[in-house]
Amino acid sequence: MSDGPGHVVPFRFELSSLVERSVASLYSHLVTRPTGQALRLGIESQIGEIGSTCLSVLDFAQVAFVDYSCADETVAKLIQRFLADDRPADAYFVVRGMAEHHREPIDAVLERHGLALVAETEPGTGMLLGVVSEAERAAWSVVERLGRADSTDVAGALGIPVAEAAGLLGSLVRRRIALRGRRNGYHYSLISLLAATS
Amino acid sequence: MKVIAIPPSLEERSFDSVARALVEAEGERVLFDARPVRWVDPYGMLVLLAAAEVAARAGERPVLQLPTSADVLSYLGRMRFFDHAEELFEMHGTVRRGRGGDGASDVLLEITPIRSYQDIHQVLDRVNGRALAILTSQLHYPPHEGFQFGTMLSEVCQNILEHAQAPGWVATQTYSRIPALDRRVVKIGVVDLGIGFKGSLASAHAARYGDRWGDATALEAAFIHGLTRFHDPGRGQGLKQIRKQVGRWGGKVSIRSGTARIADVPPWDDSPPLEERLPAFPGSQIGIVLPARLERGAAAGEARGVAGATRSGRGGGGRE
Repeated sequence: MSDGPGHVVPFRFELSSLVERSVASLYSHLVTRPTGQALRLGIESQIGEIGSTCLSVLDFAQVAFVDYSCADETVAKLIQRFLADDRPADAYFVVRGMAEHHREPIDAVLERHGLALVAETEPGTGMLLGVVSEAERAAWSVVERLGRADSTDVAGALGIPVAEAAGLLGSLVRRRIALRGRRNGYHYSLISLLAATS
Repeated sequence: MKVIAIPPSLEERSFDSVARALVEAEGERVLFDARPVRWVDPYGMLVLLAAAEVAARAGERPVLQLPTSADVLSYLGRMRFFDHAEELFEMHGTVRRGRGGDGASDVLLEITPIRSYQDIHQVLDRVNGRALAILTSQLHYPPHEGFQFGTMLSEVCQNILEHAQAPGWVATQTYSRIPALDRRVVKIGVVDLGIGFKGSLASAHAARYGDRWGDATALEAAFIHGLTRFHDPGRGQGLKQIRKQVGRWGGKVSIRSGTARIADVPPWDDSPPLEERLPAFPGSQIGIVLPARLERGAAAGEARGVAGATRSGRGGGGRE
């Protein structure tokens, strides 16, 4: 993307096969806290090696079971790690392949920690999981619809002052559910970036 | 030798008489007389194994006089009870070993030790296809809720490893009906002989309860308030989510630990939500009952409990 947000490296973690490698077993269920810890450390390590802004796909498509303990480690603590000031890299996360039975534990751990996460429901379409205010959700929807947006776009779409729109966009970026371009001031939809980098 | 009579129906509530007799044995060698047993559920089988371990702490391996009922013996065999019992008991009577597992259509999960996190992965491997089939075809749960059964099993088994600091067992079984409910159910038993809820929570929470600290307050703290001994706010989700899911399915979940038992009691069951001053028994024992979904319109006609209902299936096997 020549006018894009800068160099964004797409990275896909196929969790079912990653758990087999990470916990040195033949199992592919995302269950138990040690399994989740091993997965999270594996993902952190791989992202840390990239050394660039990274858009990471957490792919649940081949996962049968996800329990709350493992979701807490693999999803919630992973996001928390990359929200922190001392994060190992600049990473954003999108969940892919999420079935209905995956959603409840993922949503529950996000809510427990007050986190938000973007899920790809089908190619090019996303939804928000976790804890999001109505205003944040509305701003996120504008960015998703447009692919990229600035505060003027959001203010116009929602009928709110530009300063308020700028604040909402800032919140989306802080929460890692939208990505701010380094040079052009646009805020990018993670789903659109995923489509562009795939 | 102290003789302890096993009640004809061995399950969660009737086990209290066994626990009481075990306390009264005061270190004497024990003979568990199971000849009258006509029915036993997963919880009953697991607490009988646990009782053997407790009795053996006095020094001598206890004796188990096996049930006379051929159906009960067959069921115990299918659930692989004897594989575990032979290490714990000196057994008198005829052992019938069943195939269990995939070969026994009514067994959802035979008695499985939980000693490590890897065991939990194996439990899920075993129930994966079978649980989905039973829950969707017999209990009429939507497919995605079948997966939630596996999630629940995982959480309840982790409870053993994270809080008991000792190994335990899990087993599950389907029944076409139970006395309290004229519907197909799945029963889950999870038993350990660890430090119990009071022991697990004591270091982090006993002080704030002062004189009120005990088995019942510890159970309330964990079960109702989601407290754990960990300071991580992500902890304490397992029991909360199990209660939520079981409640959504109209089921029952109960935990006995030490001298107390706490439960989420559905309308079809008449157990008290909290019992104290039960005979002491170490560790934690969890029982879960998941009933079949009612067809539309059937809920209105279903009475609370079923007068005169008998357990179907033979020896607790709950066969079709």
